[in-house]
Amino acid sequence: MSTSTPRPPFWYGFRTGLPFVFAALPFGMLFGIVATEAGFDIFQVMSMTIIVIAGAAQFTALAQMQDNAPIVIVLAASLAVNMRMAMYSASLAPYLKGAALWKRAAIAYGLVDFTYAVGITKFEERTDWTVADRLWFYLGCAIPGFIFWYSFTFLGAWFGQSIPPAFALDFAPAIVFLSIVAPMLKSTAHVAAALTSVVLAIALAFMPFSSGLMIAAVVAMLVGAEIERRQLEPAK
Amino acid sequence: MNFTDSEIWFIIISLGIGTFVIRFSFLGAFGQINLPPYALRLLRYTPVAVMPGMVAPLILWPAGTGGETDAARIVGAFVAIALGVYFKNTLAAIFGGGITLYLMLFLLG
Repeated sequence: MSTSTPRPPFWYGFRTGLPFVFAALPFGMLFGIVATEAGFDIFQVMSMTIIVIAGAAQFTALAQMQDNAPIVIVLAASLAVNMRMAMYSASLAPYLKGAALWKRAAIAYGLVDFTYAVGITKFEERTDWTVADRLWFYLGCAIPGFIFWYSFTFLGAWFGQSIPPAFALDFAPAIVFLSIVAPMLKSTAHVAAALTSVVLAIALAFMPFSSGLMIAAVVAMLVGAEIERRQLEPAK
Repeated sequence: MNFTDSEIWFIIISLGIGTFVIRFSFLGAFGQINLPPYALRLLRYTPVAVMPGMVAPLILWPAGTGGETDAARIVGAFVAIALGVYFKNTLAAIFGGGITLYLMLFLLG
């Protein structure tokens, strides 16, 4: 019995989510191909892609499995890659307070890098939105990317043929995520946080199971928040 | 790869459950707690704190070249950042970065 107008935020979300098909397409296709080559059958490939729906973690799991790592390590490494989503979850939670539990569960299922990045940007921007508006927007934003992610994983697994490396599809996710982040660099604090993240992630890249990235992210958040606090204080 | 079918299924399902628990953590159980202002301020920096660090190694040591630093990919990445910062538009950055990458790959052959 939603009394707010569901349609405009839904279609606005749909349009905003549309560019991310360019990330989902090659990423999904590559996962389908790589997983099939690693020995998954098509039912296992699709189950993983639908149940886990986290590209980076799925690739991590495959890489560990191809190294014949123990199951505990396969799981620990892939879940470590996903730990950033706890931060995403905490960051979105205040905007979705009061939504039904199953709706928050659905949001959680669809919480991937691009839905988070688009969602948090618009939730901050549109202070006039109700919780229902935000839910509709998020749903619309998720749909195009998710459909492409599922269907191109399927095509990759089905055809199983390699795309020539000359197409540089490995690099599509990097371009897409940079393109999400760059427009967010709107203050000194944001730029400082981003630079901290880059420098530490590279310096700590030797650490196992993405633990270096987790440290880099936490320090970068502290740097951003501290700069913001110092900039606000003299104004008081 | 030396995994039985049931081991593969065990990994798929455990990874699915674990990932969902991580995603649901704050949205679910802790979601109704009022976070202090300092925590909210920290959380505002989550995307700019996580994504640049996630992408930086992919740019420096791309999987497609077997980890060898590649000029075309670096230039493509910088064009995407520049367009994104200047136009505040994700789609412009994706297309600009992608076209630059292909042009550079073509030119550097």
